[in-house]
Amino acid sequence: MAILILADHDGAAVTQPTRSTVAAGAKLGEVHLLLVGEGAATAAASASQIPSVAKVLVAEDASLAKRLAEPTAALLVSLAGGYSHLLAPASAAGKNVMPRVAALLDVQPISDVAGVIDADTFVRPIYAGNALATVKSSDPKKVATVRAASFDPVPATGGSAPVETIAAAADPALSSFLGAEVQKSERPELTAARIVISGGRAMGSAENFAIIEKVADKLGAAVGASRAAVDAGYAPNDHQVGQTGKIVAPELYIAVGISGAIQHLAGMKDSKVIVAINKDEEAPIFQVADYGLVGDLFKLIPELETELDKK
Amino acid sequence: MKLLVPVKRVVDYNVKVRVKSDGTGVETANVKMSMNPFDEIAVEEAVRLKEKGVVSEIIAVSAGPTAAQEQIRTALAMGADRGILVEHDGVLEPIAVAKILKALADKEQPQLIILGKQAIDDDMSATGQMLAALLGWGQGTFASKVEIADGFATVTREVDGGLETVKLALPAIVTTDLRLNEPRYASLPNIMKARKKPIETVKPADLGVDVTPRLTVLKVEEPAKRSAGVKVGSVAELVDKLRNEAKVI
Ligand SMILES: Cc1cc2nc3c(=O)[nH]c(=O)nc-3n(C[C@H](O)[C@H](O)[C@H](O)COP(=O)(O)OP(=O)(O)OC[C@H]3O[C@@H](n4cnc5c(N)ncnc54)[C@H](O)[C@@H]3O)c2cc1C
Ligand SMILES: Nc1ncnc2c1ncn2[C@@H]1O[C@H](COP(=O)(O)O)[C@@H](O)[C@H]1O
Repeated sequence: MAILILADHDGAAVTQPTRSTVAAGAKLGEVHLLLVGEGAATAAASASQIPSVAKVLVAEDASLAKRLAEPTAALLVSLAGGYSHLLAPASAAGKNVMPRVAALLDVQPISDVAGVIDADTFVRPIYAGNALATVKSSDPKKVATVRAASFDPVPATGGSAPVETIAAAADPALSSFLGAEVQKSERPELTAARIVISGGRAMGSAENFAIIEKVADKLGAAVGASRAAVDAGYAPNDHQVGQTGKIVAPELYIAVGISGAIQHLAGMKDSKVIVAINKDEEAPIFQVADYGLVGDLFKLIPELETELDKK
Repeated sequence: MKLLVPVKRVVDYNVKVRVKSDGTGVETANVKMSMNPFDEIAVEEAVRLKEKGVVSEIIAVSAGPTAAQEQIRTALAMGADRGILVEHDGVLEPIAVAKILKALADKEQPQLIILGKQAIDDDMSATGQMLAALLGWGQGTFASKVEIADGFATVTREVDGGLETVKLALPAIVTTDLRLNEPRYASLPNIMKARKKPIETVKPADLGVDVTPRLTVLKVEEPAKRSAGVKVGSVAELVDKLRNEAKVI
């Protein structure tokens, strides 16, 4: 049986974490992608070029426009018969829908898969990534979310899968969408960026975050934040990196004025190279940093910006 | 209306857990245990709804060992009215917990159930969504704001890219994100009062729920350790290393 993946997309293409999920799915069998919601057909045309995808399914019914959990889960359940595994990226959207699907199928979901051993056996982090559990599922079907940082994304182009339009399942009509406040940014998406620079409580204000953004723009980096910085309103909620925020594993992660609590480390310690800038030389973040720089960020970050201009 | 708030007993968030040397799990003997931090936020939200007169009774539920009574007592001290302990030693997966909570919801008929978005031990982030599915209710997960009026819950959710607001017909499920509220500390008089509040104890079997795990844990390992690197003396040295040694910029 094939593998069905619920894709995240922005109306133009599927996200990079979705292509990482395809990489995980391809280890298990033939991959079919499902795109739902506004713009799904346009994004499907692009998704059909992903080489390891055998078929793209599109559902654009009005009830699915905003990808609400209840109708999306109902659709997945209606398709489940033909699939051995139902997967989604471990994004806010994937985590919202997949456990609902699992319960409707009487399956225990496997959240945040970080390794695929075989069709029944998966590795997943527990306790904020302080332990890795290898679990074997006895359920007849597997429902899982995939940790994008653990799988290299498959390429976006090179293939030509057929696109099939499908109808929605009966809408349970339990919720309605009232609105969204979306942060639009020219910078790369946090979970897809090659370089991430994050600020912590030490930034002191939302205005001060601008000095980090300037460096980010020089490096083509995404901007992240610790929970303390988000709670204080210095950075938007979806910038939070950590156990209960986003999991990132870029080539380069720069932590600025972040102490390095285990909950933060959980979200970034698999980065290839870690830089920490902190005025406290005892800060735990230095224990995981490849390069540590001790000092006042308000002096060092502007210096860094200038230095990056030099060749 | 009645409100149900499930609270899980977990290893305290300040504890750095250790993997057992035989690879069967993590060390939980003699480790500080607490209420899951997201569940404290759920209890706080419940108590605020009661203070506003929206909710008439708050029932705190925990599924776990006898000692999970402590977490129920904490919820009672924060303002919950009574507790239910679903006693079980051993693993309870989200699917089992969701079925237990479904059985209790069928009995108690709450209009709202507020759970944490994630338990910080298994990091599953699944139980609330599963319970919503089993009950056939709408779900507002990862909530940073909840308003109840006229038979509906309006929930602002933390999603990728920002915030989203959904409207759910009651009864409904909400799961809490970190920024929903700041939980109160229970005052001493309230801790004393909580001792007199009732806690009923039942077993999963009394609720007709089979809790046999679906996942077998084959092994638990420590992740690859990162070692501390070098301290650099200046920004110029840092940039040089990133360009010429690590070759990442
Ligand atoms: C349930 C739960 C979930 C959580 N989830 C997350 C999560 O997902 N992500 C997350 O990040 N946290 C999370 N946390 C919070 C976490 O425990 C820490 O509280 C948080 O990460 C601390 O943020 P911080 O490092 O910015 O702040 P602090 O710990 O206050 O550190 C600030 C640092 O800045 C340094 N500093 C101060 N001034 C300067 C200066 N001028 N120049 C240079 N350095 C300076 C200080 O030396 C210090 O090291 C969670 C906590 C709980 C309980
Ligand atoms: N054993 C349990 N007893 C009570 N509530 C639980 C239990 N397990 C999970 N929950 C609830 O479900 C939420 C999410 O847990 P999880 O799906 O395991 O990440 C928790 O924050 C609790 O509100």
